[in-house]
Amino acid sequence: MFDLNQLRRIGRCEWEIPASVRDDMRVPVRLFASRKLIEEIRNDASLEQAMNAATLPGAVGEVLVMPDVHQGYGFPIGGVAATALPGGVISPGAIGYDINCGVRLLASRVALDDAEPALGDLASALDAACPSGLGQSGRLQLDHRELERVCRDGGHWAKGRGWATESDVARTEEDGRLDGADFAAVGPRARNRGRPQLGTLGAGNHFIEVEVVERVYDRSAARTMGLEEGCLTVLIHCGSRGFGHQICTDYVKSFQGVVKRYGIRLPDRELVCAPLDSPEGQDYQAAMRCAANFAFANRQVLAHYARDAFAEALRGRARDLTLHQVYDIAHNMGKTEEHEVDGRRIKVCVHRKGATRAFGPGFEGLPPEYRTMGQPVLVPGSMGTASWVLVGTEGSMERALGSCCHGAGRTMSRRQAKRSIHGGTLCRELEDRGIRVRAGSLPGLAEEAPAAYKDVDEVVEVVVAAGIARKVARLRPVAVVKG
Amino acid sequence: MGESMSGFSELEHTADCELEVWAPTMAALLEAAARGMYGLMGVELAGGARRSRLIELETADREALLVDFLAELLYLGEAEGRAYDVFDLEVSGHRLTGAIGGTLIASQTKEIKAVTYHRLLVRETDRGLETRVVFDV
Repeated sequence: MFDLNQLRRIGRCEWEIPASVRDDMRVPVRLFASRKLIEEIRNDASLEQAMNAATLPGAVGEVLVMPDVHQGYGFPIGGVAATALPGGVISPGAIGYDINCGVRLLASRVALDDAEPALGDLASALDAACPSGLGQSGRLQLDHRELERVCRDGGHWAKGRGWATESDVARTEEDGRLDGADFAAVGPRARNRGRPQLGTLGAGNHFIEVEVVERVYDRSAARTMGLEEGCLTVLIHCGSRGFGHQICTDYVKSFQGVVKRYGIRLPDRELVCAPLDSPEGQDYQAAMRCAANFAFANRQVLAHYARDAFAEALRGRARDLTLHQVYDIAHNMGKTEEHEVDGRRIKVCVHRKGATRAFGPGFEGLPPEYRTMGQPVLVPGSMGTASWVLVGTEGSMERALGSCCHGAGRTMSRRQAKRSIHGGTLCRELEDRGIRVRAGSLPGLAEEAPAAYKDVDEVVEVVVAAGIARKVARLRPVAVVKG
Repeated sequence: MGESMSGFSELEHTADCELEVWAPTMAALLEAAARGMYGLMGVELAGGARRSRLIELETADREALLVDFLAELLYLGEAEGRAYDVFDLEVSGHRLTGAIGGTLIASQTKEIKAVTYHRLLVRETDRGLETRVVFDV
């Protein structure tokens, strides 16, 4: 159990674990949480893992912990850590196996009232159109050359095929493509796994959800994003599939020896790393960017499929069946960014695992229409509860390395969820509440039950109270497609 | 396998899966961990033609050997659609040699993304060898 006496309150929803708590911590930990959320994580290893993250060589500023945090397997899920040269490292485990797991939100002008009679058909159409489930291959079978193009071009690869608009890529983090991807850094096993998997959702906690904009909090920002109260949206949650998993597996394996070569000692082998400017560190970054671009392309292809399904299932229900992109963000990523740290503006490698970028107003990398507003931040709740659209703030830049939470965060183990929740019963309960469900696995559905997650509304209240995000809209699910 | 001397059980973990595994020898521990992992995944094997393949791994320590062996099985599961239920393994130091036999996966209920090194330690106990391994799901 975590000793709460080690926490020092520094703000309304901000707490600090000083670096002095442990000899090997290089920086403090800053936690964004309410007292209730702290109680929920007291008995798991989240904060210990945050302190472990603070031992990474070259760590600067603070390790940040978001209010949806839960324990991971080395780095906490909901954690952010920055490292800088000289001496700074990059750690694959601090980014995650599902590189660029993330979320894409599409919005429409189709009123729920008009679409309601066809929502079951829409759920079925999305389920049929977007390959999901275990070991599922997609409709695209890429050869190695095409896979290399995907890794280089990300969302732009899909645009070249007519599957993305200019606005789609502009309204994607990093314009849907990380520069510096190098296919040569990707091993043969990852290539083999990636070739048949583009355009697939996967399983586990990945999903496609149809939601209705239930309430708008910031009318100007919502109008800019194209979010209208009472109208439908589509949320896609998935990542780089087996391609990314294998890349991370390969580099976590090879870095077991790398840390010995560089004399790096760590409290957890999953935090293995390499100096940012070393050949090994450069290779991992190049491979990670390939996986990131694969994931951007993956969500773009799924969005293309979802658009077709949406238009087909709702034909005749509204004049305009367009699904336009609101934004696409990553929540497992390592990025080179400039931030102010200890009074100096420096380049850092920001590791975000279960945390999203949340840049504030004025950031040049946003599409022009979003620059005065700030970057959209998408926070999916658990299945059956709300999701949120927020925007990043100056507070996020000042106190959170331009970062925010990524979801609701788990509180219950999968084993406990399957023991206490019956998938079939849950499915009926969701349907009774007007949420159409298409699930490949009822035990898998039980694992993702709302009761297994934190209260997403409380998570959002914390980031808003802490000043690192602002509310734009609350979305309510009306259909869920899960693998 | 000497089931009474080897075994596995699932432990509680917030978002991922964790197995406790025990066995009299390292080779038996690898086999028990593989069976436990397939159990977590809900793998059911198809009938029909079986295939045997040789396996050879060498690592710096036995924890890495466990991770590499399970990762190999995960890769074969996705790349070939096969899982393995017959193990003839020999471990010398940190080197594994042997053969595994199996067939196509008929069905599976859970995806495991990766085997992790998190808090991984193979310990000598009264039961022989014990370890806990966390999987990313």
